[in-house]
Formats: sequence, structure tokens, C-alpha cells
Amino acid sequence: MSHKVLLSSKEVNIILHRLACQLIENHLDFKNTVLIGLQPRGIFVANRLIKILQEEYQIEDIQLGQLDITFYRDDFRRSEKILAANSTEMDFLVEGQKVVFIDDVLYTGRSVRAALTAIQAYGRPTSVELLCLIDRRFSRHLPIQPNYRGRQVDVINNEKVKVTWEEQEGEDAVYLITKTEQAE
Amino acid sequence: MKVLSVDHLLGIKYLKEEDIHLIFETADQFKEVINRPIKKVPSLRDITIANLFFENSTRTKLSFELAEKRLSADVINFSASQSSVKKGETLVDTVNNILSMKVDMVVMRHSSPGAGVFLSRHVDASIINAGDGAHEHPTQALLDCFSIRERLGDVAGKKVVIVGDILHSRVALSNIFALQLLGAEVKVCGPKTLIPKHIESLGIDVVLDLERALQWCDVANMLRVQNERMDISYFPSTREYTKQYGVSRKLLDSLDKEIVIMHPGPINRGVEITSDVADSEQAIILDQVENGVAVRMAVIYLLASKLKQ
Repeated sequence: MSHKVLLSSKEVNIILHRLACQLIENHLDFKNTVLIGLQPRGIFVANRLIKILQEEYQIEDIQLGQLDITFYRDDFRRSEKILAANSTEMDFLVEGQKVVFIDDVLYTGRSVRAALTAIQAYGRPTSVELLCLIDRRFSRHLPIQPNYRGRQVDVINNEKVKVTWEEQEGEDAVYLITKTEQAE
Repeated sequence: MKVLSVDHLLGIKYLKEEDIHLIFETADQFKEVINRPIKKVPSLRDITIANLFFENSTRTKLSFELAEKRLSADVINFSASQSSVKKGETLVDTVNNILSMKVDMVVMRHSSPGAGVFLSRHVDASIINAGDGAHEHPTQALLDCFSIRERLGDVAGKKVVIVGDILHSRVALSNIFALQLLGAEVKVCGPKTLIPKHIESLGIDVVLDLERALQWCDVANMLRVQNERMDISYFPSTREYTKQYGVSRKLLDSLDKEIVIMHPGPINRGVEITSDVADSEQAIILDQVENGVAVRMAVIYLLASKLKQ
């Protein structure tokens, strides 16, 4: 397996700031907006954005949720992997709210499809937008595109994009991991 | 990623400790699901489950059916009173007939101990035992332990006494296995006639005095006196049973600590437990019912994920 750095810590930080500003442009005071991190790894992006919005732009009281989409996935019993659920924390309803889904990597679009179904259990939002740190181009299985994207990358199928976070893995970075044939 | 070590849920004695933890972790998520405005997830859209109740049941059947529907499974119900069992059909034939209608899972309650194990060897479907005679009732034990974990934080190290009719109770046996597997200390308490012989061989102490048992425990699981299973008189009168083994407010107030009261239902108010205790903050009887749906959803979900596509 080989690792190539796609984004360094500094670049990740700049992109997060830009994404935060783009959110402010569209949502201003976030009064009727809820940010929802998609489990498991969208949570880190969401927490970082909230931190920037609060600390650097003094926007308080932003509603933040965590949504787990395991029970809404379309590959239950179809993949070798057993799907383990993560926690959902949504202590509000999204009825009449503007929802922004936040995830780290947008790949096939199937997770976002599942999230669109899952969110309906909490009411009918007026709109749903999608923010992703990394958008893998030419790999979508569904007609889903992000409203806010950090960086677009071209990655072939046996390559994987891995986002790491300081609070989890010890550093902020985005890697391109290529599986060698032996490793497969 | 974690997966259950079994393909059927026939009894707690076939499970490993990790299996129970996996079921609990999954049930935590389902408990959140059933408290949403829309309490349903689409995971089991393509699964059909047959609920076969060869013995009467109200709450277990309702709880299973609700759990299945909350997972979007298709559900068919069958009860022995309206079936061909009375016409002399064997269990395997009955079930195979139902399975030919493309059923993936079977939830079964039967009066014969081991009926689930027998069925799992003869038919091609995932079996969940919803009670087999006086043998096991695994989902009840799982939801009881889940409720203890929810109230007290953990099951390990807790002292649990099971009070009442241990002899006729499948709840007692499954609870003993589950509690021991999770590291709790278990004692049983009841009239000598209602304690099975050789129960000590399971590492269980018998306490005949209720007050002493309650003084020792953190949790008391009160069982119902199963008059319908008693072919002879096991104690002189209900009044005497209540006097010796019924839990009342007065008795609980006389203890040094506040213990948790559980009951698998249906309650005989005024027999094994007084109304003021059953309705008090100390009793988690209705939490057990709510948790029952979440735990059964977890069991069904985890077993279904092992079914071949």
C-alpha cells in the first residue's frame, strides 16, 4: 500500500475556513439552519466547521446533529461487511428547517441517498444541501452533487481517499491510498 | 466489523458475552430510532418473518411484531388455536409449509422445551426462540439485562435476586445464564417447592427469606406465580405466598438502600408485588417493555444480516 498526501494540515485548515465562509454567505445567522454530520466521519468535519463559525465569526447557537445512516443503507445483506451502527444524536426536528449534510468524502453518493431517507424521520426540511471536504469525481452511482465542496479529486477505483483528523489520528491531512496487488 | 457468533437465537446458553454486548450496542441505536417522530427504518424491507405462537402470548407477540414492523419486515402471524396443529400436523411439516411461502425468519413460542433447537436442525430459516416451555426465553433475559444496564450503568458486578416461581419459569433460567455471562451475581428466592432441585449446580445460591435476599441485592426481578403451569399445589394459599414472598412498600422502606424492582409481566398486583411498588420510581417494569422492542429489533437485525441474499 502506498500513501500520497493530497492535502496537508495547512491546506485542510484553509479549505475549512473557506467552507465556513460559504456557509455564512448562504445561511447568515443560521437561525433556521441545522448542520448535520453524517456518521461516522462527517462528524469531524462538522465539529471543525462549528468551531470556526463560533470562534472566528461569533455565530452562536448553531444547531448541530449527528445522523447515522446504517439502517437506511441499500447494501444490507449485500456486502460481505457487516454494517455496525453508530449513534444518532438529533435533539431537534428538521420540520421547516434548512438542512446541511456534512461529510468527509463524497464517493458513490449512496450514503447521501440513505441520509436523505433517514432525515425524513425527523420531519420535512425546507431544503437539504450537501457539504463535503473531498469530492471524488467520476465515481457517482447516483445523481447527487455537493453544494459546497472542499477539493475535487480524480481517483481510480482501487485507490482510497482517507481523511485524518488531529483529534482522532493525530494530524489533519488527506491521503490517497493505493492498494498494491499483493495487498488485495 | 462485529457479527453474532450464532445463526439462530435459541437460548442464552448458546451465546457468548460479546454477542450480548453487540446486541446491546445495536439496541441502543434502535432505542433512539423508536423515539423518533417516524419510528421506522427500511433495513428489512426484503425479509419476511413468521411469528409462530403455539402457546398463548400477548406482550411478547406484540413486542416482536412491533419490532419486525419497525424494521420494515413483512410479518405473518400464526397461532396454534386456529391452525392445523389440531388436525394432527407435525411441527416440521407446519413450519415447512410456512417456509414454502418464502419466509426468511421464524419467531417461535412452543410449550415443549427444545422446540427451537429441534426446528433449527430441520428447517432452513433463522429461528428466534420466543419461549420454549419452562426452558428459555432469551429475548426476555436480554431486555432485562439491557434494562439493568440502562438503570445502573452496567450489569457486571451487580447483585440480582430472582424471586418467586423459579421452577416453572423460562424467564428465570435465561436470566440466570445472561446475568452470569455478563458478570452479575445471581441468587434465587422463593418457596422451596418452587425452586428447582440442583439449581446450586448453576452456581446459584438459594435464599428462602425474602427480606434477607432484598437486603443483599441491587436488583430484584419479581416473577409471576404461574398458576396455569401448576398441576399440584406448591404452596398453601395465595395469601400465604404474598405474606412471605410479596414485595410491599413497607418491606422496601425497611431496607438500608434503594433497590431496583423488575417484573417480566403480566403482574398479579397484590400477589408478588403491591400496586404502590409496581407504580413507583424504583420499578422499571414499563422501561422493560419499551426496551423489549429495541432489543428484539437488534436481535432480528443482527440475525437478518447473516441471512444469505
